[in-house]
Amino acid sequence: MVISVPEKNDISLVLCGEAGQGIQTVEQILVRAFKMTGFNVSASKEYMSRVRGGQNSTQIRVSSRRVAAFLDRTDILVALSPGAIKHLQNRISSATIIIGDEKDVGKDHIGLPFRKMAREIGGPIFANIIAASTVCQMLDVDLETFHHCLTSMFARKGEEILEKDIKAGNQGYQLGESLKKIKIEKNPSLSSELLLNGSEAVALGCIAGGCRFISSYPMTPSTPVQAFLAEHASKVELVFEQAEDEIAALNMALGASYAGARSMVATSGSGFALMGEAVGLAGMTETPVVIYIGMRPGPAVGLPTRTAQEDLDLSLYSGPGEFTRAIFAPSKLEDAYYLSQQAFDLAEKYQIPVFILSDQYLADLYYNFPEENLRDMKIKNYLAKTKKNYLRYQFTPSGISPRGIPGYGNGLVVADSDEHDEAGHLTEDLEIRTKMVEKRYHKLKELKNEVMAPELYGSDHYQLLVLGWGSTYHPLKEALEELDNEEISLLHFQQVYPLHPDTRMLLEKAEKNVIFENNIKSQFANLIKLETGQEVDKKVLKYNGIPFSVEEVISNIKGELK
Amino acid sequence: MKEDVYDMLGADVAWCPGCGNFGILTAIKKALSDLDIKPEELVLVSGIGQAGKLPHYLKSNVFNGLHGRSLPPATGIKAANPQLTVIDVSGDGCMYGEGGNHFMHTIRRNVDLTNLVHNNMVYGLTKGQASPTSQIDFHTPLQVEGVFEEPFNPLTVAISLGAGFVARAFSGDIEKTREIIKNAIQHKGYALVDIFQPCVTFNRINTYQWFQKHTYYLEKEHNPQDKVEAFKRASETENYPLGIFYQNKDKKTFDENLKVYEGDGRPLYQREVNQEALKKLINSKRGL
Ligand SMILES: Cc1ncc(C[n+]2csc(CCOP(=O)(O)OP(=O)(O)O)c2C)c(N)n1
Ligand code: SF4
Repeated sequence: MVISVPEKNDISLVLCGEAGQGIQTVEQILVRAFKMTGFNVSASKEYMSRVRGGQNSTQIRVSSRRVAAFLDRTDILVALSPGAIKHLQNRISSATIIIGDEKDVGKDHIGLPFRKMAREIGGPIFANIIAASTVCQMLDVDLETFHHCLTSMFARKGEEILEKDIKAGNQGYQLGESLKKIKIEKNPSLSSELLLNGSEAVALGCIAGGCRFISSYPMTPSTPVQAFLAEHASKVELVFEQAEDEIAALNMALGASYAGARSMVATSGSGFALMGEAVGLAGMTETPVVIYIGMRPGPAVGLPTRTAQEDLDLSLYSGPGEFTRAIFAPSKLEDAYYLSQQAFDLAEKYQIPVFILSDQYLADLYYNFPEENLRDMKIKNYLAKTKKNYLRYQFTPSGISPRGIPGYGNGLVVADSDEHDEAGHLTEDLEIRTKMVEKRYHKLKELKNEVMAPELYGSDHYQLLVLGWGSTYHPLKEALEELDNEEISLLHFQQVYPLHPDTRMLLEKAEKNVIFENNIKSQFANLIKLETGQEVDKKVLKYNGIPFSVEEVISNIKGELK
Repeated sequence: MKEDVYDMLGADVAWCPGCGNFGILTAIKKALSDLDIKPEELVLVSGIGQAGKLPHYLKSNVFNGLHGRSLPPATGIKAANPQLTVIDVSGDGCMYGEGGNHFMHTIRRNVDLTNLVHNNMVYGLTKGQASPTSQIDFHTPLQVEGVFEEPFNPLTVAISLGAGFVARAFSGDIEKTREIIKNAIQHKGYALVDIFQPCVTFNRINTYQWFQKHTYYLEKEHNPQDKVEAFKRASETENYPLGIFYQNKDKKTFDENLKVYEGDGRPLYQREVNQEALKKLINSKRGL
């Protein structure tokens, strides 16, 4: 069998099969096995909103470099269903090695008796394991490592199943022996690195940030953050409560926060739309809260399992009235951990709602990185012990009043959604009203002094400046690496509101700038214009639910160079 | 504790003279003073409406939230600090209309709080529209042909959802209302007291006289442990029984179900990040 193998130390492996076939399990096993072997791995998935059938795929990049971006290129396709090749037709070329069941892939590709062997072992479900093991053999993962990953995945299912899985693994490995090997440089020190996804990074950051209470209502793609915190709630001493709806969720979180617990909610588009009123309540009562939004394409139900950056406007403008807020949009997992801590810190310090905008792509994106890259923030306690005659909304130059909570001190803590006086009691005194509006809004002034700077990747002397925010970081950065052009730099934002004061100057320096966003309105470009007066020259917008690929970014940037 | 510790001297009370809300305010203060609950240990949570303003007239900690949304923050407060006494005060529109979903689910959670609902069968603050408890044929500027919807029966709903304490009071009888509220506060778990409250401005049908005429107290022999009987009595609409319809003291409360409080009653704000548990969690993410 003659097959061509890319020799680039960087393989894009795509697994594709039907929902319910266990693709995710295979992904987990492979990603672990590759990392243990000493490869860098990253995985991102695209899937349908259904429990059975359809076509779901996962892209796993196996590389000697740290790469985590989505690629169009597919070096190896493991087709686990008859429809897989058709599903991925735009991402395969004549160079793609296609491996699949002999009945599915046809003569031009590598057809192997996966299903037949699986049936002999005990059922079609083992076909995935056989295929995964075949790929491991091709990539020179040793059988022991593969066994180890199988065991850690299936041990809890009992001896008998594990034994069959091991058998399936052995047989797949043998099948792989007849195929040509692909060499990727190994670095044994990678095997002990962390391997997590965007949801876990955010959730861990929330724990590190002192989160004590989360109430939420399940909604893709925010559910994994909820599930992670629910799973570990008792160990890390927090309360997770599934609310009856999103309205209850945010109101509950505000109650818990009023009583002193660092609180958050996790939701997505439509769910967040229901929270709008309570965002205003957070603003009015000056109650800290962290709102995690996993964005997906809307409006309404939209595409539940796909990715988008469509809810920046909604986060920015949600809630009636005017008050201060901050919005983060993590791009790297390491930073998501830190930013989540910072979200809690800012929420507490300024007594405001703080948003963490993620999306399906980032929420499901896995990759390895060293533990040192996780930065911890020292937790500051902003609570004040109250004295008699305590005034919850005392006027101060910064607009930030000492924040008391009920049961801590001799004072009484009165929080009100009506306009209120310094004591918190409702008032229609219009002079007080004016001062309260200013108090709530002017906190923004101080907040602007600690905005996270956007990351400039590339030289300071750029002519073309590429702009992005949130999850587009990896494809944009890798595209720039590939282009390797002194005159092009990337400016990437992880805090999208308020904007860093240097933003205007950095944009002005460029002869031309181009932004990449996963929405049709160029929401972030509009915000930049509004806040800095700087027009973004070119907008590359994608809103079909799939993230930008490196190739797509490269070809768009090349178009700008002409 | 003397009743006047709860007085808010100088409060600019926005209620109409003669409103049933005054009777409820007095009854709550008396009940709190009987139970010796310090203002600092008490949180009054309310929504929006005339009833929702009550916390501003009673010295305590206050969370006056959104219309219909008083129970979720009350739940959050209790979850964050079970040592606080939490009383939720709302109108019938707030609780049974806008907040109906939270009403159901707070009962299911069995949050240890007292849910006082001022039931005037009308929307007061927005000047006289029908509420979920308005009676058939009640005319308002929005219900021009009169109400035709079946009035909401909070008691039967609460009983059937398994509420641990279900009672009805009448604000015209401060002494009895005080006793019922006292019992409700003492009840461990969710306690509903629906309180008939004449709105002298926008409800000319269900007046003090009307309530007096159409209500009576459950007999001494009524057994609040008997759920079926409680349901039956709560279904009466010819005349309305008052008193404690149902009580079940054996239900585990929401905060008793929260693992964080097992063997450690400290409120959440007193806890620090468990660095060891966090490190362990991070360590478990090596895909090994
Ligand atoms: C979301 C929302 N919708 C509507 C209103 C307007 N609103 C305020 S109070 C109220 C009804 C008040 O009736 P009820 O809850 O029975 O209380 P009462 O004033 O009779 O004591 C309404 C509709 C509001 N504040 N918020
Ligand atoms: S409008 Fe009705 S309920 Fe409101 S204060 Fe006046 S009498 Fe009481």
